[in-house]
Amino acid sequence: MKTQFTISVLTENHIGLLNRVSIIFTRRRINIESIAVSESEVKGIHRYTIVITEEEELVKKVIKQLEKQIDVVGAFYYNNDELVYQEIALYKIPTNVLVAGGKAEQIVRHHNARFLAVEPEFSIIEKTGHKEETQVLFNELEPYGILEFVRSGRVAITKPMKQLKEYLKELEITSLNN
Amino acid sequence: MEELLLEKVSTITGAEAVVKCLLAENVEVMFGYPGGAIMPVYDALYDYQEELKHILTRHEQGAIHAAQGYARSSGRVGVCIATSGPGATNLITGIADAQIDSTPLVCITGQVHAHLLGTDAFQETDVVGISMPVTKWNCQVTKAEDIPTVLAKAFYIARSGRPGPVLVDITKDAQFGHVEFEYEKCNQIRSYVPKPKVDYLCVKAAAELINEAKKPLVVFGQGVILAEAEKEFKAFIEKAGLPAAWTIMGLSALPSNHELNVGMLGMHGNYAPNKLTNECDVLIAVGMRFDDRVTGNLEQYAKQAKVIHLEIDPAEVDKNVKTTVAVVGDCKASLKQLTALLKDQKHTHWLTNFKELKAIENEKVIQNETNPLVGDMTMGEVIAQINKVTKGEAVVVTDVGQHQMVACRYAEFNQTKSSITSGGLGTMGFCLPAAIGAKFGAPQRQVIAVIGDGGFQMTIQELGTIFQTQIEVKVLILNNQFLGMVRQWQELFFDKRYSSTEMVNPDFQMIAKGYGMAANKVEKRSSLEAAVKEMLTYEGSYLLEVMVGKENNVFPMIETGASVSDIRLE
Repeated sequence: MKTQFTISVLTENHIGLLNRVSIIFTRRRINIESIAVSESEVKGIHRYTIVITEEEELVKKVIKQLEKQIDVVGAFYYNNDELVYQEIALYKIPTNVLVAGGKAEQIVRHHNARFLAVEPEFSIIEKTGHKEETQVLFNELEPYGILEFVRSGRVAITKPMKQLKEYLKELEITSLNN
Repeated sequence: MEELLLEKVSTITGAEAVVKCLLAENVEVMFGYPGGAIMPVYDALYDYQEELKHILTRHEQGAIHAAQGYARSSGRVGVCIATSGPGATNLITGIADAQIDSTPLVCITGQVHAHLLGTDAFQETDVVGISMPVTKWNCQVTKAEDIPTVLAKAFYIARSGRPGPVLVDITKDAQFGHVEFEYEKCNQIRSYVPKPKVDYLCVKAAAELINEAKKPLVVFGQGVILAEAEKEFKAFIEKAGLPAAWTIMGLSALPSNHELNVGMLGMHGNYAPNKLTNECDVLIAVGMRFDDRVTGNLEQYAKQAKVIHLEIDPAEVDKNVKTTVAVVGDCKASLKQLTALLKDQKHTHWLTNFKELKAIENEKVIQNETNPLVGDMTMGEVIAQINKVTKGEAVVVTDVGQHQMVACRYAEFNQTKSSITSGGLGTMGFCLPAAIGAKFGAPQRQVIAVIGDGGFQMTIQELGTIFQTQIEVKVLILNNQFLGMVRQWQELFFDKRYSSTEMVNPDFQMIAKGYGMAANKVEKRSSLEAAVKEMLTYEGSYLLEVMVGKENNVFPMIETGASVSDIRLE
């Protein structure tokens, strides 16, 4: 059965590595639903957060292929309930519909969203949450005419307490070639 | 002292640094082809001709296959070098071949000036991008000072763990730039675990399964050769009386005449090991990766058996076949530990099964193939004649197709690293340049290139490399005037519609003569034995063309999608 999994890949910071990582998915015709890359809590180590919906058996194989890459420090996969995760969405809507009727304010309050900018012609609303939540807001704002919409990739933090620094220390030993 | 200090701080060019890195890695021979973007390195090579031999091939594909042949016969890292653009892209087939067959290579390509990257400059191609899916690691260098560390890393990655090809792309300005040269060999990369530590609990669990087994079968691959674990492997199977069958990449790791060697696995492998794969109770895989050509239909592959997998690459475990016990790590280490825990056993009754099935194959296939008394000449009888002269001591390099299957089935070997072939990728044109490289890698040994008439013409230009270097390679063309393996499939599965498989060939002897190579052609069985002997005892390179039956088929055969136990004898 296909399930949504979040893959966390820790890598060295090298040019081209994103390509190497994505090839592993494209070669197996796996669609990447979202990807977010940033430096982790350890300087020089980047964390990729990749969301896919696949069978667990395949995900396990993908993890091994990711770990096989020389500059990949580690790769792990999680069910949604093992994570705290978040996405951010930005909505650009015409300012005049906001002003008329005050309905938009209600919507924003109700969704715990906030205004980032109000310009004479357009306003920008920000909402963080799970994809389903940002989608509900999208649906509600749609009748007012969304001029532009963008949603970030998922960022996630795991609930288990293993620390990256400890993991790196272990690697220093296991990576010795003897 | 002052002189030493001076030497340390004086700079050299990036190009010279490349050469010095190669020397620091004890590279003695490399294969390549010059061109614009790599010219500074070639210029530097000019000053080091004594220390570092550069073999000029006739095509970059020839250079990389030669580097592969060198790596496979010597067990060392093969090095090849090419220019940017077409030079670099011509390496790709060989890189892909080396990746799937785990061959350690360092490929160095020239690249346009860094400021021209991405501008579609003359002979610019994104070779780092192109080679990414088929390299173990690759890297672009744009600064001279990065050359030593990157090349040190390249050699370390290529040869350690499960070996593979590495590509280093060096921009022309980096070659021209200056560096204070200091070389430190790389022996650790924190994100890379080349040899996972063998888990003793897994070894124990594996030993228990083997000790309890009534019908164990060992299937082994090139991992045994790459780990240099031939001795450990032999001790392992001998102690527990384990019949052992090989994948095409594992050929020659165990002597052909060893009593526990039960033959070749897979599509055109031997009858007994394929049949009995589906009867064994414990299947012990050592350094192999359950390729589809070995397993046939996975749904019907050894389902009755408990599976033990000794493997250095964790990504291979459970990839195709689910294991009961996986022993991840270098098999040289794990085999030793495992053997110590095994009971002495003979499995006489079980081994009788192999002998019985072998007798059937012998009668139905092998006799007719290796010793036909009438009719067209067969590829098998040519190989049998080769065996008579070499007595299993030669390196046999093969191309891809029918002759490859026949040569691997029938050639006999006494020592390891003796069979060199393109296994995973199935690259036609591999053989001739690989044989050249193999001879450089094992100069004391006789090297025989066994090639079909099709594959020969894919890299025939490398006769020029033989001519120029005067390296001794015996070239045996098994000519059936067809792309034989494709024709066989057309006969069996496409109603004999021989679409584009018949070859109208040139006079190969005359071509050989043009390259100053002795040559002969055999069309009659009566002159075969003498001709083979003449080729193999002749001093110098020699081309022998043997006209074999046009429409002979290779059997046994497991059809695509069929189970290993449905192997056909005719």
